[in-house]
Amino acid sequence: MTEETIRAFVRRAIEDIAPDADLDALDPRASLREELDLDSMDFLALVRAIHAALGVAIPETDYAKIDSLDGCVAYVLRALAAPA
Amino acid sequence: MADFLMPSLGAGMEAGTLAKWRRAIGDRVARGDILAEVETEKGLIEVEVFTPGVVSALLVAEGTKVPVGARLAVIEEAAVTRSDEPPPASRDAAAAAAVIDAVTDVAAPTPSWATGAPAAPVRATPSARRLAREVGLDPRAIAASGAHGTLTRRDVLCATEAEPSAAPPRPRVSPYARRRAAALGVDLSCVAPGPDGVIHARDVEAAAVAPAKPDPARAMRRAIAAAMSRSKREIPHYYLAHTIDLGPALARLAALNAARSPTERLVPGVLLLSAAARALAAAPELNGHWTGEGATPSARVHLGVAITLRGGGLVAPAIHDAASATLDELMQRLSDLVARARRGQLRASELADPTITVTSLGERGVETVYGVIHPPQVAMVGFGKIVTRPWVVGDAVVARPTVTVTLAADHRVSDGHRGGLYLAEIERLLSSPEEP
Repeated sequence: MTEETIRAFVRRAIEDIAPDADLDALDPRASLREELDLDSMDFLALVRAIHAALGVAIPETDYAKIDSLDGCVAYVLRALAAPA
Repeated sequence: MADFLMPSLGAGMEAGTLAKWRRAIGDRVARGDILAEVETEKGLIEVEVFTPGVVSALLVAEGTKVPVGARLAVIEEAAVTRSDEPPPASRDAAAAAAVIDAVTDVAAPTPSWATGAPAAPVRATPSARRLAREVGLDPRAIAASGAHGTLTRRDVLCATEAEPSAAPPRPRVSPYARRRAAALGVDLSCVAPGPDGVIHARDVEAAAVAPAKPDPARAMRRAIAAAMSRSKREIPHYYLAHTIDLGPALARLAALNAARSPTERLVPGVLLLSAAARALAAAPELNGHWTGEGATPSARVHLGVAITLRGGGLVAPAIHDAASATLDELMQRLSDLVARARRGQLRASELADPTITVTSLGERGVETVYGVIHPPQVAMVGFGKIVTRPWVVGDAVVARPTVTVTLAADHRVSDGHRGGLYLAEIERLLSSPEEP
């Protein structure tokens, strides 16, 4: 799976959770929670979507690493590349 | 025969627009089935049936605005004895029916919607009765605000405003125009008649092209304004606050979540909701409603959860029987409720007056929130964001995640001492080693 595919998926998942978000204007390194006003329920919805579609179960202890668009995409890419 | 009425979805709602019929005449409906969608200040609401039977009449066309309590449809009850009445469609439906029954007891404006019983003869002042006859409104369909459910002249005037089509003089409508209006979903009361004073199909079509859509965000703001103004006018609030160490509870929650897949994980907010619901056993008078005559505590906890809508506004639908739900059940129902609230797919039973409401500012808010009680409820619980603070444990000062919980309560119903016991019980539950 390419980085572009993962990025497109994560963006779609975020759009489902925060339909009013303007992702084109979002700094890809900025905190999603801060910039998009996601609460823990929203953030869990993102983690669930990634798990359901890409099979990556992100532990709570790694939530800080996926709190930006770039961080999230890089994390999922690494997890998919790692031997199962 | 049972009437299916425009429900009252909490204080401040006077009218709703029938947006869509989900069933047709002749359809068999079970308790909990959704018969109609209604557009209100709180968005599009699905309205359930509480009397099983067969839909025998749909009295209101789609797109029509009617006052709370107006008859929308008639359900011919199934010819079965009570013992072989089909079981409720779901636990939620049963809970919902009970909420509605409770609401009926306290809120005079909705006498028969809840139970589905035929409307009793209306108690009305003579001038109200006369006015209703003049403007062509059914007195049984008007919400009464007078003492003991008496219909007043003012109620009729309000209902007339809520239903412009009933106000004289009513323009004539050609039969074809009526059919076009139904097909296009146009509210005939919003259509200007032609020069001959008659609404023709072309007038309907013109109105359909440029619909006078009310702004839903403004309507919701108005509904919040009405309910909150009434609260501050009528309810003598008192306020308490208490800060609780969440360290041990959050550590146990993290351990629990570490062993779970994302679909089964819990958020910290669920621990707080659960504690708020169960702690009511220590101060049951905080859970219930205030009526003109006094307080009516509720035996069951229908926990209203304030949900902020993206794009503005706020709704507080209920999680039914929250005190007896497990954490997993609460989590599942909260996710479902938040998702449906944001999509605008809440059900009437969820909005029909919870017994107490919790507001939680989430992670990006501030440390303390003092709520405004939602009438006719008698208490509002507030959780601030979880913050790390210095905390004394034994002889040492350590950093601990803490939350400040507040209570705004109705002094007509409870005193600060009881409120204090309630907050102390929340602390005890959150500190207990069985939690979560």
